[in-house]
Amino acid sequence: MYTTDLSGKNKAEAVSEDAAKVAAFEARVANDEFIEPKDWMPEAYRKTLIRQISQHAHSEIVGMLPEGNWITRAPNLRRKAILLAKVQDEGGHGLYLYAAAETLGVSRDEMTEALLSGKAKYSTIFNYPTLTWADIGAIGWLVDGAAIMNQVPLQRTSYGPYARAMVRICKEESFHQRQGYEIMMHLAQGTPEQKRMAQDAIDRWWWPSLMMFGPPDDKSPNTEQSMRWRIKRETNDELRQKFVDITVPQAHAIGLSVPDPALKWNEARGAHDFGEVDWEEFYAVVRGEGPVAKERMQARQKAWDDGAWVREAARVHAEKRASAKIAAE
Amino acid sequence: MSDPKKEWPLWEVFVRGKGGLSHRHVGSVHAADAKMAIEHARDTYTRRLEGVSLWVVPSAQITASDPGEAAALFEPAEDKVYRHPTFYSIPDHIKHI
Amino acid sequence: MSLTIYAQRLGDDSLILGQRLSEWCGHAPAIEVDLSLANVALDLIGQASHFLGLAGAIEGKGRDADALAFRRDVMDFTNCLLVEQPNGDFAQTIARQFLFSHYQVLFLERLAAAQDERFAAIAAKALKEVSYHATLASDWVVRLGDGTDESKARMIAGLDWMWRFADELFVMDDVDAAAITAGAGVDKAALRPAWDQRIDAVLADAGLVRPAARRATLGGRTGRHSEHLGHLLSEMQFLQRAYPGATW
Repeated sequence: MYTTDLSGKNKAEAVSEDAAKVAAFEARVANDEFIEPKDWMPEAYRKTLIRQISQHAHSEIVGMLPEGNWITRAPNLRRKAILLAKVQDEGGHGLYLYAAAETLGVSRDEMTEALLSGKAKYSTIFNYPTLTWADIGAIGWLVDGAAIMNQVPLQRTSYGPYARAMVRICKEESFHQRQGYEIMMHLAQGTPEQKRMAQDAIDRWWWPSLMMFGPPDDKSPNTEQSMRWRIKRETNDELRQKFVDITVPQAHAIGLSVPDPALKWNEARGAHDFGEVDWEEFYAVVRGEGPVAKERMQARQKAWDDGAWVREAARVHAEKRASAKIAAE
Repeated sequence: MSDPKKEWPLWEVFVRGKGGLSHRHVGSVHAADAKMAIEHARDTYTRRLEGVSLWVVPSAQITASDPGEAAALFEPAEDKVYRHPTFYSIPDHIKHI
Repeated sequence: MSLTIYAQRLGDDSLILGQRLSEWCGHAPAIEVDLSLANVALDLIGQASHFLGLAGAIEGKGRDADALAFRRDVMDFTNCLLVEQPNGDFAQTIARQFLFSHYQVLFLERLAAAQDERFAAIAAKALKEVSYHATLASDWVVRLGDGTDESKARMIAGLDWMWRFADELFVMDDVDAAAITAGAGVDKAALRPAWDQRIDAVLADAGLVRPAARRATLGGRTGRHSEHLGHLLSEMQFLQRAYPGATW
């Protein structure tokens, strides 16, 4: 999910490209062939991919923070180990995705700087705070649930390194949503305080989760081109509907209600009708005005700055040892 | 601005899934040197019992074939059907062949 | 009784260090390093579950690993002072890991050969984990000691912070003696020369020297801790304290 195009518009490429090459490329993609790093590709495809994959990677890395907030306070040893392993997985997913983007000719450092300068975006969802333990359940269940919905089709995306990263990610993520739902289940069946905690978490995370699918289709200008290029395989609204239809019964099954008075089953459509997302809030969060956006960027900046001398030391040490080895030979 | 010389180089990681199998490419890590690359590969790509052995190679050391030459390189093999055992018809009653 | 305490000390060491390392998650100098630290933390939390579970079983009062981890106060924690020290910068974290993991390797090698199979089995599994921890930490000591002037200064400061707690690792008391009699003990004092050798070899490779000898700071094994442990526990035990009796 973390792949919603948050930039809004694609700058028209002034680069003139060989029409025959473009046509051959479009034909390969239409034929569901994979594009590999050294293959010719239109500049706009490369740029769109870099933006999408790096946004996805940033989301994984920033996404470590809200859940990381509870690792040291997990309620028992089992939950602590699970949560740590899960947040660690997210770091790994960020790593796989950065590596996929690197094959397009951008370095991880450049992407990191784009994130820290505010130039690059990441999923809006991680700009909301984790206030109680139930938020860890809600994130696993709702946020990872929404993420999986978008990521599964991306295993067949047209860019080979991205598709392969997604295969690995989907495989590893299969436990994430289940552990989140399990947490919610326990809370919903627990003491009145625990149940209150669980309901409060779904009340706060429901709408931000729906926002994860991005703006409505009629306000998502890149969708058509991205679908044609197979870097997006279903539209925002299609995925959002699918998410609502799958998630609502899961909430009801453990006695939690969904905070949407307009929500109801539409027999004719065979789907849920649901209320309008607060798009004004969504766009504000995209602009960097989310409740804890500043905290998130501050934490990433601090880790980056505090780690600089470590990265530098390892690099200098490697150089010293390499030249000592050459001198000895 | 980021200085590419300062970033830890990229390494390609290959994992042997179990004894008897070839090493297979699984992804990449950044590391300052080969030893660190092995440690990073271990901590990134073998957390779920994925492997029994690791190779790491500096990404810059890999030479790849040119996709522009793919037709010349690979398509001539298409009509060499006689390289495959099913090309030959042997009567069913002849065994062990 | 003393065998309970013995198992509990082993569990507490792993638990507290695992908790400390987990504080790094999401904040490490590079993504790869973040994953490495999380792996070490996960190993330690696993060891804690096993040793504390064993402590509870030996005690026989129905306390499981979680009851021991989340419902004891500072004075009942028996980890060594080294593991509860704050992370500080990356060099300080590495210094702590370096001193402790080498001790753990030597200790668990002996414990894996103990007569008491319950201890021996946990030790055998943990030994493989800590051997890697020791290598990882040693490699970082060398990188930081040899790297830049800044990293060297930080590595020296990190070792200097931790050094006063090293002696405690090797102190023998009645609990240790009783464990040896019961077939589960290790003569920790006897591990010191091998530990010194390991530490010195890595420091030499790193171009570092040992911090000056100083009076040992002791007390962790009997519940006399540093100020840091209380804060660590108040965070770790928050939910269990705020919602007594709830299950999660």
